[in-house]
Amino acid sequence: MLTPADLQALWLTVRLAAIVTVLLLVIGTPIAWWLARTRTWWKGPIGAVVALPLVLPPSVLGFYLLLAMGPNGPVGQLTKELGIGPLPFTFWGLVIASVFYSLPFMVQPLQTAFEGVGDRPLEVAATLRASPLDAFFTVAVPLAAPGFLTASILTFAHTVGEFGVVLMIGGNLPGVTRVASVQIYDHVEALEYNQAHRLAAVMLVFSFLVLLALYGWRRNARKGV
Amino acid sequence: MSGIEGRFQVEWPGFTLDVDLSLPGHGVTALFGHSGSGKTTLLRCVAGLERAAQGRLVVDGAVWQDTGRWLPPYQRPIGYVFQEASLFEHLSVLGNLRYGMKRVGTASSASLEQAIELLGIGHLLDRKPARLSGGERQRVGMARALAVRPRLLLMDEPLAALDLKLKHEILPYLERLHDELEIPVLYVSHSPDEVARLADHLVVLEDGRVVAQGPLKDTLARLDLPFHLGEDAGAILDATVGQIDAHWHLARVDFAGGSLWARDHGLAVGRRVRVRVLARDVSLAEEPGTSSIQNVLRGRVDAVADDDHPGLALVRLHVGGSVLLARLTKRAAASLGIAVGVETWVQVKSVALLE
Repeated sequence: MLTPADLQALWLTVRLAAIVTVLLLVIGTPIAWWLARTRTWWKGPIGAVVALPLVLPPSVLGFYLLLAMGPNGPVGQLTKELGIGPLPFTFWGLVIASVFYSLPFMVQPLQTAFEGVGDRPLEVAATLRASPLDAFFTVAVPLAAPGFLTASILTFAHTVGEFGVVLMIGGNLPGVTRVASVQIYDHVEALEYNQAHRLAAVMLVFSFLVLLALYGWRRNARKGV
Repeated sequence: MSGIEGRFQVEWPGFTLDVDLSLPGHGVTALFGHSGSGKTTLLRCVAGLERAAQGRLVVDGAVWQDTGRWLPPYQRPIGYVFQEASLFEHLSVLGNLRYGMKRVGTASSASLEQAIELLGIGHLLDRKPARLSGGERQRVGMARALAVRPRLLLMDEPLAALDLKLKHEILPYLERLHDELEIPVLYVSHSPDEVARLADHLVVLEDGRVVAQGPLKDTLARLDLPFHLGEDAGAILDATVGQIDAHWHLARVDFAGGSLWARDHGLAVGRRVRVRVLARDVSLAEEPGTSSIQNVLRGRVDAVADDDHPGLALVRLHVGGSVLLARLTKRAAASLGIAVGVETWVQVKSVALLE
């Protein structure tokens, strides 16, 4: 069966993915809203920056984040000033790196959902005395609810699956930064193929179930309408 | 001071709106024009959904827009009915009705019940919008706008998206609104028929400009308008049902200056009605000879003008205290000696009663 070290790695992975998903719901929603509604020329450049992690090798992203968070980087200076200490090779350093890495998986489905809601329901809300913030929470969010679900599932699953960024930023510290994907890598390096098999199977089944839930639910949602 | 004073200038690529309006603080004002004339943009400026770069809007003495002042739409005491009902799909009918009501301090459950009763939607409250017919959706949209107790009701072609059958389902409700509401209504329409039925006041827009505004009857009776109603040119009379001829299924309606016989639609004697007489249904004669046309009145020519077609003329007639329009060929006008001041017999072939 799974060893305590495997279970520790799995639990760390779930914790990381859950925290990143919640943080990205808070950070990604206003970005997606702005991208969906703005008409300025900034939309293009900002949209491209948000999408960068889709195409960048994780090691490139991890490299820049490592420099930024390192003792001589701007973020590292800031955290030193604040008395937090350097972020690389800590759990929270991993969280911050993962937020950047998974950003497009939150923003893009939300942006599509908000664009689908359109201007009209918000205009209706305005004529019914709802302020823009009120209308956002009582009209735009409920109408974009399927988008929120899709975005959260994709973000969670994508964070679970990351590897390159973890190695660059987090290294391989048991209970701190050693997530499941790194644990599997360790098993293989040590020629522990049986252990690697079990953990890999858990990841495979998990990923399949997540995608099944997502696609199965989408199909039903379409039938319902 | 009651009434609506508005001035708006909007400039978009390929479109300019430049209007100056003074509208009464009661009754239904129709904003009439062809598509692209700017009537919906004007309505959106009044609602605050569109922000005119240059503008001033005073409603009932309250300044909604002026240089350095801008009231956002959610702070304006309006009700807005969109062309497609645009209901909130995630809420039930009741949830839609309560959405605005909850946000208005002064609205009571009485206003909700009144709106539900007026639009006849009591049996639909638990339904989701997806399970409503087109006509039902539009009635819910109207009730939702009324439930906030607006001081000004704005309606953007509420019938345009509906087919003929649904239009006739909704029109009686609109006529009830017209009769029972005390607040002013701005009603955008491109349909002369709806305007004739519902409006008291008319604003005609063309290419982003106001080409005529005034009381409905006076404005429709103007011959100098640059807009063309074509087949729909005609006059409106306020009348009362005076007599029912049960044998021939006819109703006599009396107006200032005479009476006309129309088809009986089961209206009670004494009922006030609006009568529409299209210019194409009015002909002129030197002698009231025997003819299939039963409605013959005595009138005096007040004005003659060119119509759309070079062979046609529009003639405005005074019949007692009322005004009728007649369309005839210029050759007929010449042979009858039609000129301003001439007395003539006026034959009315067909009359439409608008309840």
